[in-house]
Amino acid sequence: MRALMRRTWLDLSSHKFLNLITVITVALSMLIVSAFLLFAANTGELLDSWRRGVRMMVYLQEGLDDARRRDLQQTLAKLPDISEVRYISKDKALQQLRRALPGQASIFATLRKNPLPDAFELRVAVGAASPQGLQEIATTIRSVPGVSDVEYGQQWLARFADVTRLLRMIGYTMGGLFLAAGIFIVANTVRLLLYSRRDEIDIMRLVGATERFIRMPFYLQGILQGALGGALGVTVLYLAYLYVAGGFRHAGLAGAFSPRFLSPAEIGALLLGSTLAGWLGCFLSLKQFSRLQENG
Amino acid sequence: MADDPIIRLFHVHKHYGSKSALADISLTFGRGEFVFVTGPSGAGKSTLLKLLYLGTPASAGQILVDGMNLARIPRKRIPYLRRRFGIIFQDYKLIASRSVFYNIALVLEAAGERSALIGKKVRHMLRSVGLEKKADVLPPSLSGGEQQKVAVARAMVGGPQIILADEPTGSLDPDSAAIIIGLLEDFHARGGTVIVATHDREMIRRSRRRVIALQDGRLATPAAREAP
Ligand SMILES: Nc1ncnc2c1ncn2[C@@H]1O[C@H](COP(=O)(O)OP(=O)(O)OP(=O)(O)O)[C@@H](O)[C@H]1O
Ligand SMILES: [Mg+2]
Repeated sequence: MRALMRRTWLDLSSHKFLNLITVITVALSMLIVSAFLLFAANTGELLDSWRRGVRMMVYLQEGLDDARRRDLQQTLAKLPDISEVRYISKDKALQQLRRALPGQASIFATLRKNPLPDAFELRVAVGAASPQGLQEIATTIRSVPGVSDVEYGQQWLARFADVTRLLRMIGYTMGGLFLAAGIFIVANTVRLLLYSRRDEIDIMRLVGATERFIRMPFYLQGILQGALGGALGVTVLYLAYLYVAGGFRHAGLAGAFSPRFLSPAEIGALLLGSTLAGWLGCFLSLKQFSRLQENG
Repeated sequence: MADDPIIRLFHVHKHYGSKSALADISLTFGRGEFVFVTGPSGAGKSTLLKLLYLGTPASAGQILVDGMNLARIPRKRIPYLRRRFGIIFQDYKLIASRSVFYNIALVLEAAGERSALIGKKVRHMLRSVGLEKKADVLPPSLSGGEQQKVAVARAMVGGPQIILADEPTGSLDPDSAAIIIGLLEDFHARGGTVIVATHDREMIRRSRRRVIALQDGRLATPAAREAP
């Protein structure tokens, strides 16, 4: 075992530059793969809410009794493209507002009467959430008796979700491509090493070394390159994340959108993936190499 | 000696493409025997040795090494066959980019020897060929004779059953040659089998061992020919 480590170290240190380049290139591809993964992780929630539909608030005229309110709720629910209708009473709305603005208790204290209207919160189905579609629905609802106003501020969400979805698709493709690139890079390095050491490998065979003995350092090297490259890539991504998240906080956006970093499980999967890529690259080269030798 | 053969060849042929290198060789090497194989350049001496460790397969005929039929050895077992041999190659076959020490230690590492013993055994071998000061040197910076000594040390360090020596004194001065021959004799005296391929008539004459002469790929001395 110690001898194996020493042989691997000898291999690594006698091709320092080549190995360094390999690790850095693997790190770059893993950086890109993990950056897309991070993007996907942070937009997942957004896409979920998008999938449930765009939110639309319908404010009610004052003094509607319970029966008329229930009628109205049914009317709204029957409209096409409305997936969910939830009643939010003005008391509940005020409570929510209080909770959202804990520093402003004095304002609420001066209120003698709840100024907020009763409301319905609607979800407009994804398919109808184009800007015109939303506008048409809003117009229809405004003309329903008992409705005082309609508000929807999330058209941007529809467009943003489309872009996000596209970016994620591109991300998965690019991630896949760069993972393949990582495998290819390790394979290429191992191939270079194999050819530069053909004589040595022949000699090892002649003095009774098994194929396993000969290949082990190459595998170890490929695995090490994969693992180191992955770790380096994730580290760089983490630094970038700290920088960007810090920017968000300074801009006062922390409450609205606080990006998270990859979970330990996701990081583990990434490292495992890049290690496997290193192993696979090595495996492919060794296979090609031994096929060539059998033919030659 | 023929009662306890360690290597037997039956009508062995070897050709490279259409060119014949060895034809109809039938031979027996006894366990613990010391044999010379001689003959002019191109006679097939190196080829004969090569067949024994499966450096190349025979084209026809059978070869038995310690009871194993070489034609039937699966690929995976070849390394274990080779560990029975200590081979001194005519062109040394040292790894140019690795130290002398590493070149010799490689045999032991490949055989799975314990690390603690490797250093000891390698240093002992280096001392016996008089190269203890060259352990960390790369082979290309050694003289031809020194490289040959490293090759000898490597062939012996693993404790093989059989030593195949292809011109082991080819580039040595008489004193160094005597040291190498002495090592081979010691190995033989401890019960090892030695097969030496050489042109060196003087060495053959002095040692009075059995001589197998090859000529154009055929056995040339009727005396050495043995019925299978
Ligand atoms: N790998 C090979 N490919 C083709 N021909 C070969 C090969 N190896 C040996 N030969 C041929 O086989 C014949 C025997 O070669 P071999 O090396 O066995 O001779 P040798 O007796 O060892 O000669 P020397 O004394 O010069 O070492 C030669 O004619 C040589 O050209
Ligand atoms: Mg020869």
